[in-house]
Amino acid sequence: MIIQAIAFWIFAVVAVISGILVVANRNPVYSVLFLILTFFNAAGLFVLLGAEFLAMMLVVVYVGAVAVLFLFVVMMLDINFVALRQGFVRYLPIGAIVGVILVAELVFIFGGWGLTPAATAALGAPTPALEQATNTQALGQLLYTKYFYLFQAAGMILLVSMIGAIVLTHRERVGVKRQRIATQLERGRDSVEIKNVPSGTGV
Amino acid sequence: MAITLTHYLTVAAILFTIGIFGIFLNRKNVIIILMSVELMLLAVNINLVAFSHFLGDMVGQVFAMFVLTVAAAEAAIGLAILVVYFRNRGSIAVEDINMMNG
Repeated sequence: MIIQAIAFWIFAVVAVISGILVVANRNPVYSVLFLILTFFNAAGLFVLLGAEFLAMMLVVVYVGAVAVLFLFVVMMLDINFVALRQGFVRYLPIGAIVGVILVAELVFIFGGWGLTPAATAALGAPTPALEQATNTQALGQLLYTKYFYLFQAAGMILLVSMIGAIVLTHRERVGVKRQRIATQLERGRDSVEIKNVPSGTGV
Repeated sequence: MAITLTHYLTVAAILFTIGIFGIFLNRKNVIIILMSVELMLLAVNINLVAFSHFLGDMVGQVFAMFVLTVAAAEAAIGLAILVVYFRNRGSIAVEDINMMNG
């Protein structure tokens, strides 16, 4: 129990500090790296909560795909990031005021949060005991039965976003010589001409 | 000291606020704004998983997975739009994005 508490505090504190560094960093590359650190610590929190599958999902999807995508874009675009930081100090007070008020309100709400017996009685899908099914099994049994259509819709969303990203960023460059296999294959006999050259003369 | 639901909700609240704070602070840089949005979605996911654990209900984790899906799709489309925009205008400052102003 005490080890769990220590792990929670480490994960929580590192997640919050690296979250602050994401928004406060001067260099966007470091921001992306701290974003990755935040995701890793959130994955640790998920493991503490018994959601192993989502934790691994977070590492694979967020760190492996989204954060690397961010890193790609930050390094690909040639941007003057110093000019983009103008107004940082000017917006600091209003941002700090809004942030402090918001976090105070949220902690005020969540601090008095309790689970009533009525809420714990009306469960949509109770978590099975760990001896019966692991977290991944339980999630799969729910996802492929009750939420099957939503699962298909999620796949469709990913397909649409993939096609959308390709359509948006694809461009035909002029002056590039490409091999057109279809054109090559559909050439008939007329592509070769046989000349009857009389002997003793040139072509 | 036992870790309760309130602890997790507080961490999520702080992360969510950092996301909003990042949008306020870096309101010229679209990349940082997108990263702040990712932070906010992560905070929401922590909330969902914490409630799922302390209620003993699996639906919260299913919902968190769908949020993860939508967040990944949003990041992909957002960054694609960003790349196309940079290719056309040579800048990603937010105040330059006014072509549809009329």
